[in-house]
Amino acid sequence: MSAFRLSDRELDMRALGQELASPSAGACVSFEGWVRDRNEGKGVLQLAYQAYAPLALAEGERIMAEALAQFAIERAVCVHRTGELRIGDLAVWVGISAAHRDAAFAACRYVIDEIKRRVPIWKNEFYSDGASGWLHPDGSPVQS
Amino acid sequence: MARHYRLLYFASLRDRTGCDGETFSSTATQPRDLYAQVAQHHGITLAAERLRVAINGEFADWNHALQDGDEVVFLPPVSGG
Repeated sequence: MSAFRLSDRELDMRALGQELASPSAGACVSFEGWVRDRNEGKGVLQLAYQAYAPLALAEGERIMAEALAQFAIERAVCVHRTGELRIGDLAVWVGISAAHRDAAFAACRYVIDEIKRRVPIWKNEFYSDGASGWLHPDGSPVQS
Repeated sequence: MARHYRLLYFASLRDRTGCDGETFSSTATQPRDLYAQVAQHHGITLAAERLRVAINGEFADWNHALQDGDEVVFLPPVSGG
């Protein structure tokens, strides 16, 4: 299975964690990105992710390959949700296994940072005042 | 001579154009010129400097030589994670 995937369904963290198993791994670090109820002082009711899937999958896979090349890790998996999510839902999951914890922490940080910076996925927040808006990385709405 | 490009729209550009994609006839031969025409046609005010461009599913330069039938996507600043 590909190291980076998109999913329009709830993520199964237990199954994902099992993909990291390796006899030579002594450390496992995972990151969970959750849907938060506030952004920039506004109440958020729900959000929706849109992805340009072919390029998102290609760029995500490149990031995973970079992590495997740059850090002394065993396995790396990342899944990002698409579609509509509610407060508290799991939006993105990154898991890394490694012989030792330093590389696992560093690779996990690298993967989530690069995913947020480079992969063509967009977040639309729906606010409690009835407004909604697409975001870009500095958190301010994008005006087209 | 006009060419036909397949355009896909995401996020704020999808909202602005009101569609997820369209075939766009244009004399533009580079993404930079094509975006200027598309932006004018749909009243998009987002500057090209804030976007990236993808051609046939891969990131590309703004001065890439387009071919008739190419799939071109103007990518707003991403906000995954």
